[in-house]
Amino acid sequence: MKLTEKQIEVLEILENNSARIPVEDIAKMAELSKEETETILDKLEEMKVLVRYNSVINWSKVDGHEGVTAMIDVKVAPKRGVGFDEVAQRIYRFKEVRSVYLMSGAYDLSVIIEGRSMNEVARFVSEKLSTLDSVLSTTTHFILKKYKHDGTIFEQNEDDKRIVVSP
Amino acid sequence: MNATKSYLSKTVEELKPSGIRRFFDLAAGMEGVISLGVGEPDFITPWSVREAAILSLEQGYTSYTANAGLMELRDEIAGYMQKGFGVSYSPRSEIIVTVGASQALDIALRAILDPGDEVIVVEPSFVSYVPLVALAGGVPVQVQTLKENGFKILPEQLEKVITDRTKAIILCSPNNPTGTMLSGSELEAIAQIAEKYDLLVLSDEIYAELAYDGEYTSFAAISEMKKRTILISGFSKGFAMTGWRLGFVCAPETISQAMLKIHQYAMMCAPTMAQFAALEALKTGRSDVEDMKKSYKRRRNYFVQSLNELGLTCHVPGGAFYAFPSIESTGLSSEEFAEKLLLEEKVAVVPGNIFGESGEGHVRCSYATSMELLQEAIKRIGLFLKRNQKA
Repeated sequence: MKLTEKQIEVLEILENNSARIPVEDIAKMAELSKEETETILDKLEEMKVLVRYNSVINWSKVDGHEGVTAMIDVKVAPKRGVGFDEVAQRIYRFKEVRSVYLMSGAYDLSVIIEGRSMNEVARFVSEKLSTLDSVLSTTTHFILKKYKHDGTIFEQNEDDKRIVVSP
Repeated sequence: MNATKSYLSKTVEELKPSGIRRFFDLAAGMEGVISLGVGEPDFITPWSVREAAILSLEQGYTSYTANAGLMELRDEIAGYMQKGFGVSYSPRSEIIVTVGASQALDIALRAILDPGDEVIVVEPSFVSYVPLVALAGGVPVQVQTLKENGFKILPEQLEKVITDRTKAIILCSPNNPTGTMLSGSELEAIAQIAEKYDLLVLSDEIYAELAYDGEYTSFAAISEMKKRTILISGFSKGFAMTGWRLGFVCAPETISQAMLKIHQYAMMCAPTMAQFAALEALKTGRSDVEDMKKSYKRRRNYFVQSLNELGLTCHVPGGAFYAFPSIESTGLSSEEFAEKLLLEEKVAVVPGNIFGESGEGHVRCSYATSMELLQEAIKRIGLFLKRNQKA
């Protein structure tokens, strides 16, 4: 869909700043009034372009919330008429599933699962995912450490190295 | 030994140390300072550029380059000037790669000045123009711009100070510290004066990449002006490469060959790994520059509007990354304002008088700082102003 320049600008501002940035500040940055900015945000939400205000959280730092993430390569047999869509739908409705992508290459679907423990993920794969009719095979990769996620580098030690006053 | 003998040159003895120094010392020992005092990007040099420098080291490129710089880099600079600014320079005879724009400025002034020659410096100006003119044996003649004119120089102001000894004008657009950008027609008016009085123009275009509103015009691109322009630029600001110390200067052959003589004796050549980094920046860095520029522009919009709302009236700077608000509503001098703000609220800004008399009553704030810190700085400045408004 075709968006206006200002709509795109508001999206870029949201993408590059914390979702907590006040509407007033977005308005100033994009040279809009507060009301215009609110209208744009409403419209973007309505069009489902602006889907969610997200926070990137490094759970591995929080005791008791470490969790386990696995990326699963899934080979499936597509069905006539609905192709991959039907099986993808059956997979993404599980609440453990964070993302599902249709892939080119060696396998068909890339499924990202989050669970509380390795056991939980293993049980999901063996009991729920592999047993689906169209699923031919699965290969599970556990994520050992997250370095960068959704464009955000975790554990980045890039303090401002500039001197306080310079010409 | 004669106790009264001084080993220093008169010129150096008479030079004033940069006023920025005092603020640096004052702020250096403090913790939790939000710095709006920096004249450099908050972005780190794009990784692809850093990576190219690392690769050049791995491959063993650790020797001198040609005095004027790597031929490949000069070719690329020529292409960049042609495509980006519509000026064509011969990479062999009209471009010199220098150790930052500062060195470019130094060799340009040394190449053109005889003792007593006058150079017009448009104020408020970057701190080094006046001392560099003096170090080159020239006489700096400062012309003050007015905030009512958005710190733009008017042709009649220039004409008033021109004498038989005037050799050149130094221009900086977009300007440090005011952020003021001159339009094509405003530059043309200056060009006519340069033509009329047969003057050279040292055009400091280091902020050319950071022009937010309207078309950027290079002084050398104005008709008939290339022959009297010494164009100074570099990678520090646009490409976020301040620490690499890499600049360049473009000028007509006779002038650039004269500058090259000074450069080869004083500096030999710019650092090789920095030249490889710059080459990569020109080849692949465009999208990074665009991203950074977009980000600066949004921060400018936020910051300048917020300052105005706080009562620190500020013209909208057309380029660079400085806001230059008036602090007259506080009744404080710019030095007092900067010092009190630093001590009371831990926000570092630079007093305007450091950039020349006409900067008094203003402070320079760099908005090359993250949005989070700008938001916090605005909050703190607001608190400060509540306590420090003139009764």
